[in-house]
Amino acid sequence: MALSSLTVHEALDLLRRKEISPKEIVEALVKRIQEIDGAVHGYLSFDPERALKDAEHADVSLPLGGIPIAIKDVVSVQGHPCGCASKILQGYIAPFDATVIKKLRAAGAIPFGRTNMDEFAMGSSTENSAFGPSRNPWDADRTPGGSSGGSAAVVAADEALAALGSDTGGSIRQPAALCGCVGVKPTYGRVSRYGLVAFASSLDQIGPLTKNVRDAALIMNVISGADPCDSTTLDEPVPDYTADLDKGVKNLTLGLPKEYFIKGLDPQVEEAVRAAVAWYEKLGAKIVDISLPHTEYALSTYYIIAPAEASANLARFDGVRYGFRADGITGLSDHYGKTREEGFGQEVKRRIILGTYALSSGYYDAFYLRAQKVRTLIRRDFDDAFATVDAILCPTSPTPAFKLGERTGDPLQMYLADIFTLAANMAGICGISIPCGFAEVDGKKLPVGLQILGKALNEATMFRVANAYEQSTDWHRAKPLFGAESERLKGEK
Amino acid sequence: MSATKFDVRYIAELARIKLEPAEIATFESQLGHVLEHVEKLNQLDVSEVEPTAHSFPIYNIFREDQIRPSLEREAALANAPRQAQGLFIVTKVVE
Repeated sequence: MALSSLTVHEALDLLRRKEISPKEIVEALVKRIQEIDGAVHGYLSFDPERALKDAEHADVSLPLGGIPIAIKDVVSVQGHPCGCASKILQGYIAPFDATVIKKLRAAGAIPFGRTNMDEFAMGSSTENSAFGPSRNPWDADRTPGGSSGGSAAVVAADEALAALGSDTGGSIRQPAALCGCVGVKPTYGRVSRYGLVAFASSLDQIGPLTKNVRDAALIMNVISGADPCDSTTLDEPVPDYTADLDKGVKNLTLGLPKEYFIKGLDPQVEEAVRAAVAWYEKLGAKIVDISLPHTEYALSTYYIIAPAEASANLARFDGVRYGFRADGITGLSDHYGKTREEGFGQEVKRRIILGTYALSSGYYDAFYLRAQKVRTLIRRDFDDAFATVDAILCPTSPTPAFKLGERTGDPLQMYLADIFTLAANMAGICGISIPCGFAEVDGKKLPVGLQILGKALNEATMFRVANAYEQSTDWHRAKPLFGAESERLKGEK
Repeated sequence: MSATKFDVRYIAELARIKLEPAEIATFESQLGHVLEHVEKLNQLDVSEVEPTAHSFPIYNIFREDQIRPSLEREAALANAPRQAQGLFIVTKVVE
């Protein structure tokens, strides 16, 4: 078996027994990337020399000692590009480490490569990347999801052992579901956002994408915790998230929200999720029907709050202190107008316009304030539900991976890809997507994700529920036949 | 909260983004649809509801006001599109 197909915990075992070295893992990944990333396009850049150097000094006795981790192009790693897949940050080199990167380094991990994404994390397919989309390793004609689509694709295609992504409305969980890997959105405030280029500050969280639940728990052990550089982080103890993994689901109550099994849900996705629910019942969990009555308002709430916050956050891209500046400028207003016209892509402009409108004089109360109030109603739905259930089960995405180009002309259709993941960001709770089967479309097997939502700060129970299913099923071990896919693409060229 | 007052040209000016006429037309129609969808929020009575910005009620996070090292000038300037003599070069503001 190639070292690139190892999981994090398998690699840690082998490293600690001195059967392999961190350098060999990095070399195996470099080889794999050179072989197939031309077709996947999961990475925007990677620096093998620096990774090999880090590997030489890695202390394998540390919690993630010697483990290379791919980083979404929105998290700052000192000395590496951090371009958010945008032209406006082309050539930008991060002058400092994000807090999560400091923590990963302190735990012995090796930040490795920059993964592709929708520009500024705005999108659900990576098609908004200024550098071209990534492809789904299960079917190269389809999207890996987004916005952390590069991170999901490289984990699924064994071009990384694990990756970091960011999740504002589903940007970790949705691509994890579409690529057949595990993706975690932590509780808001659980993981520091310092060094994450801000999209929507009241929603953004950094989290791991991995090949299994245990690996995600191991990474969460390292990146969680309060940070003086991010005042929204919670000063709460970080438990060992691996401690309860094997406790099973006997005596746990799991809720099934009726609002998540609606028209528009793909029948094959519904079938796979319902089968997973039945499996949980076999494993000893009590399944109860619940209602989250304000679910239908989540999408509208999101598309006020996220663009509004984005329009304020992206005001910093002014072509003065960093990034791109347009040529042939005639004056100050021309400087801003042209730089931002040429530097930002379509979707980013669209959202800045929408957000500026929602915050503009006379509209703030009608849009942003109202949306923040509806957010309270959504949060209360979850409070009520978690009074009686330990976790909630639902689909991660209403459909399996869609075709590249299928939804780019219709923003609202694209936004619907996140309909089941948005509410967790609104409520600030934690969520995970794990593989729970396949849909068969046009003769291709496409992964389906099961979403498990947990109470705020109760990642431990969320991981326990996820692990009980994963360890009694085989879905997470299935691998895409990307060798064949990449050969086919070469043939087409 | 009605989509009819949505003037993309004016909003783009507020956001300091130049747009081509074709882009303005596209955005007007696309964002019009999004705003129609968003009008759904008017169905709810939120008069007695407090807004949520963080799922935990945390307020006033203070720390000691201590001097700490920050970015060196050279590092802060390294990414600037134009710089000279330790300063950012900006576009002329005063005529």
